[in-house]
Order: sequence, then C-alpha cells, then structure tokens
Amino acid sequence: MRIIRFEDIAEQTKRMCMEATYNLSDSMVKKFQSAQQAETSPLGKEVLQQLIDNSRIAREENYPICQDTGDAVFFVEIGQDVHVEGGSLVDAINKGVANGYREGYLRFSIVADPLRRKNTGDNTPAMVTLWLVPGDKLKLSFLAKGGGCENMSAFKMLTPADGVKGVKEFVVSTIKNAGGNPCPPVFVGVGLGGTFDQCCMLAKKALLREIGEKHPDPFYAQLEAELLSEINKLGIGPMGLGGRTTAVEVHIETLPCHITSLPVAVNMDCHAHRQKTVVL
Amino acid sequence: MSEPVRTIKLKPPLNDSDVSSLQIGDKVLIDGAIYTARDAAHKRLFELIETKKDLPFSLKGEVIYYVGPTPPRPGRPIGAAGPTTSYRMDPYTPRLVELGLKATIGKGPRASAVIDAMKKFKAIYLVAIGGTGALLGRQVVKSELIAFEDLGTEAIRRLTVRDFPAIVANDVAGRDIFKEAVAKYATE
Repeated sequence: MRIIRFEDIAEQTKRMCMEATYNLSDSMVKKFQSAQQAETSPLGKEVLQQLIDNSRIAREENYPICQDTGDAVFFVEIGQDVHVEGGSLVDAINKGVANGYREGYLRFSIVADPLRRKNTGDNTPAMVTLWLVPGDKLKLSFLAKGGGCENMSAFKMLTPADGVKGVKEFVVSTIKNAGGNPCPPVFVGVGLGGTFDQCCMLAKKALLREIGEKHPDPFYAQLEAELLSEINKLGIGPMGLGGRTTAVEVHIETLPCHITSLPVAVNMDCHAHRQKTVVL
Repeated sequence: MSEPVRTIKLKPPLNDSDVSSLQIGDKVLIDGAIYTARDAAHKRLFELIETKKDLPFSLKGEVIYYVGPTPPRPGRPIGAAGPTTSYRMDPYTPRLVELGLKATIGKGPRASAVIDAMKKFKAIYLVAIGGTGALLGRQVVKSELIAFEDLGTEAIRRLTVRDFPAIVANDVAGRDIFKEAVAKYATE
C-alpha cells in the first residue's frame, strides 16, 4: 500500500488550476499557427493572430487566458493500492481548487443551486469523476471547462440502423447549430455507446486526450479524421466569422452498449483548451 | 463585407450617425466608457424597467459589454475580460435598444428579434474575440462599480477602455456577418 498525503494532493491541484489557466499549451498554439497558414478568410486569419497574441500576453503579463476560468473538471484514476492520508480525496481536490482559484485571481463561476443560483464563492465543488484502477498511482486530469462551449453540448439516442452515417450527421449538425457560440476553433469530444449517462461522460473524457493523439483503433481514428474534415467544410471559421478553421481536433471515446441502442454525445471545448495531467 | 478590413475609432456615447456609418466586417477601436452587464444584471435591469424605477445608468447612447471579468491582480483595474456569449441576453436586448442603447459587445450571433430592433432603433452589435481575455483586459484602464455589487463578477461596472478592438457583426441595415460569412466559406 502506498500513502499519499491529503495536503500533497491539495497543493498539486492548486498548481494545476493556476498553470492551466495562465499558460496555453504549446501544442494548442501550434494548432493556431498551422490553422492560420491554411485559413483563407482575412478575418479568420486576424482572429487566429489575436489568439496567438493573447496566449503570449497571458503568459508574459500574468493574465488568465480567458475570463471564464471554468468549471474545475477533474477525471481521476486512483490505484487500488493507494491510501489517502489526512482526509478524503475529493475534499483534497476541492481544497486545491478553492486555493488555486483564490490565489490565482481566477473567476468564481459556480452557483450552488441550478435555479436559486447563489455563487459558492470559491469555484467549488470541482466536477470530479473517479475510477478505481490497479496499481499505486494517482492520476489527476484537469480541464478548466468554459460555460459557453459546455452550453452547446448535445446528446441523442440513435438507433443501430443509423450507423456511421447517423453519427456523422448528428455530430456535424451539432457543430453547425453551435455556430460561433462555443468559441471556435473548437476541440470536439464525441462519446459513442455505453448508457445515457456513460455516453455523456465519454464525450468529456475525449477532451482530456492529448492534442494530436489519435484513437488507438484505426477504424475510429479514420472516423475522427473524416468528422474533422466535414466540420471544417461548414464555413463557420474562427469565432464564427467565416473560414475553414471551425475545429482543430475531433476525439472519439467508445464503450460497449445495448443491442437496441446507439447513444451519441457531443461535448466541445473552446479554443482556450486549458488541460493539464499530473501523475502522483 | 469590406475587404481589407477597415478600422474606425468609436468614442461613446454614440449617436445615430456614429452607428449608421458602420457596416458589418468593419473593425472598431473603442475609446471611452462602456458598461458591463451579463445574465444576472440584465435580469435586474429588466425588473427595474418593468416596475418603472430608475436604472443605475442612462442607456441613451451607451454601450453594454457582456463580460464577467476575473478579479484584478493588485495594482490593476481588472483581470482577464473577454466577451461572453450574447444569445443569452437576446430576450432583453430589443427593449434596451428601444430605450436608447446604441451598441452591445459580446460573442456569437443574435436572434432575429434583436437584429430587427437594432435596425428599427439604429443600434449595432459588435463582437470582441472570445477567449482573448488577456488581450482585452489589458485595454481596460479603469473600472468603477456602478450597481449590484452582490453579483460579484456579474455586477455592473463602468469600464474606461483604450483602443478596445471589436468587429461589427450586425449593422443598422440589418445585415448579419455570421450568416453572410459562413455562407461565403462553406464548401461541399
């Protein structure tokens, strides 16, 4: 059995929140640069230039990349040989989020109740999904998830007869309907299979896979590439102002499902894709 | 849409001729005072309008920016301050435009009812580039709390901005950059 201290998890979580929201990853900036080369719309090129400039200003002058510093989404894999000492794992993450958002001058964007809407005042609770896995490691994956792109999510129960064609139509029409709202160029997460609840979780999980990393199954890697190509024919472009760069990447995650069902979920992340993974 | 992009200075408060000279695709640089308001502040402004009470600021000729900034670091007026998605304010905007509001700044397209009201009462909709919170926050030189302090990031503030960049997305002719530009670049 391996012991990991509550305070160490809280400290690590705090740092992840602050680093991700101030420093856009080099791989995302490279995506903007290559998109700018390929973009034919003058306004689209200008928007991409502003995104590149913004990431530099954020880093050099100590501003968050975007004012929507998001839901603190955590996907956590905890080894079954790990014991957290000094408190619960979820409490440690919440402590780290509260401290990170306060000390990092980040925005508190969470209300305690969906209808009565009083702000919790420290951006907690974090939105935590836990998996118990073999081993003695603790893997924390963080996504600062903006609300504008989250609002454009969609889910549908297709029938098995709808197949690949039905999935493509649903994903592409979801991006089309979202237009400029989710801050394109977006990162598209697609969940396929599972149950209703698992399918939506998969769409979010897909956003946590590293930029540039294709699905390990060539069938789905191909589908990811085809979806990206179709989405970029929509003409929506950077911030919806017209152009070829509507999405930078499509990731698909799948699970087995019932013989009657073909669940499909779409979750998008904005171009301010603030993701960080740490293994303790 | 005019190409290459032309750039026009805009100094609020604005009058009919200021906004009528602009067309979709124009880039503007705003100098002067603009007011922040988003979801919760709009709800409260509307309650005041419906009960015929005074508003915390006169809407005539003014500009509303849909933003909920991050807290300022010590010595700065504001933190990151990019636009939020505008369609959530669509139910409120036609009435505000009727009361004299001349421009709104946000991101993403507007409802046809908003576009019609802007045409009728001569107002424009500007988009700032979403997700450029650092770049836009840096153009804010002063921030004063005006109303609804309890709303935190959603309170109404008067921001003094210098060379604040935005793009005209709907003009007084009723044109819509989102519809026209997307149609232009869509391929099949």
